[in-house]
Amino acid sequence: MAKITYHTHDNKTHTVDVQNGLSVMEGAVQNDIPGIDADCGGGMACATCHVYVNEEWLDKLPEKEDGEEDMLDMAFEPKQNSRLSCQLIVSDELDGLEVNIPSKQG
Amino acid sequence: MNKTDVLIIGAGPTGLFCAHQLGIIGLKCEIVDNLDKVGGQCIELYPDKPIYDIPAVPECTGEELTNNLLQQIKPFNINFHLNQRVEEVKKIDNHWYVKTNSGKEFTVASIVVAGGVGSFEPRKFSVKEAEKFENTSLFYSIKDKNIFKDKTITIFGGGDSALDWAIELSNHSKVNLVHRRDEFSGAQASVDKVKELQSKGKLDLYTKFQLSSVIGDKNIESVAIKHDDETTKEIKSDYVLGFFGLIMQLGPILNWGLNLDKKTIQVNTENFETNLPGIFAIGDICSYPGKLKLILSGFHEGALAARGCFKYARPDEKLRFEFTTTSKAAQERLGVKK
Repeated sequence: MAKITYHTHDNKTHTVDVQNGLSVMEGAVQNDIPGIDADCGGGMACATCHVYVNEEWLDKLPEKEDGEEDMLDMAFEPKQNSRLSCQLIVSDELDGLEVNIPSKQG
Repeated sequence: MNKTDVLIIGAGPTGLFCAHQLGIIGLKCEIVDNLDKVGGQCIELYPDKPIYDIPAVPECTGEELTNNLLQQIKPFNINFHLNQRVEEVKKIDNHWYVKTNSGKEFTVASIVVAGGVGSFEPRKFSVKEAEKFENTSLFYSIKDKNIFKDKTITIFGGGDSALDWAIELSNHSKVNLVHRRDEFSGAQASVDKVKELQSKGKLDLYTKFQLSSVIGDKNIESVAIKHDDETTKEIKSDYVLGFFGLIMQLGPILNWGLNLDKKTIQVNTENFETNLPGIFAIGDICSYPGKLKLILSGFHEGALAARGCFKYARPDEKLRFEFTTTSKAAQERLGVKK
């Protein structure tokens, strides 16, 4: 279990407990946190679960797999700290992770 | 006006298999899709990627699955209406009237929405001014490449479309290719070709840059691009092209009066009918307790929806359950009766 904080574009903050093994994307979808569309359902095929990760967390996350950076090319306003939240699998190590959800996904 | 039993919206695997199930029970259907080809997400998102969970097919690609489905429905000679999106749906007497954005009209007994996550639309630039120039000097697809002759074109993107057009247009235009990182997702051969053109001075490559603004009054005069290190550059440009792939948008479906749950349509699990009698929804676009977004679920949903359509198309007839192995009628429809 990890506490994940999602900052949405309307300047609201949502902190929720997400079970280990779920993705950061699923944590948002299951808790009705707006702004993560996840059109493809977590298959790294759409870039609509794009988030900005708080800088201090960047090094602590699992490395990007092949294909994630390619999909981020398609994302809305990608930055250095962009990740696809479907690829961030929650574990105890991610307790306290904070992500910002972009103003839109497409 | 096209008059038929059923209109299927969406030519992905679910829509295609539903057409098969309609054909087997003797109903006619036509299929509309916004893409320029059949196959839906399978063909647009992962034509070359393997799928391992189609029952009795240990492994196939999105393209193979699509081709096999097309072969399976060949006996039914189904009409496809591609490159168009359904805009309007309304009930007239006891049938449904449907109109697409290219003006094609249908009168049908029922509609099966197999629209996946919505219709594919190009992803657009996030900067505001881009909209002002869209379709005059800023494009997300190319219809007539001749307009670019002897002009300066700035292309954004790192996939195959961006690379292929950069190479092609560099023959008769001055091309700037801008991409947000040094690596490209397009084919290596194209990347090599772009680098070769760059070294010969036939193309200018700007990596780690993204669009920051489009400058011009009536026509585009230049674009400002911003580097990862926050420095900006202004490059002269007559045309701007953006190739960021496609995004799925639900679009007009939102306005048809269907009960929605986020971006999906609520259905019953008996025949996948929606709250509007005669409109069914199957595949990724439908939702019900326990819904799994798998192709195999879409096949099951399509088989039941097809049977649900029967009572609207043939109100005076009774549908008898039959197996294709033994049904003479089904085999006649498949053209395999000996």
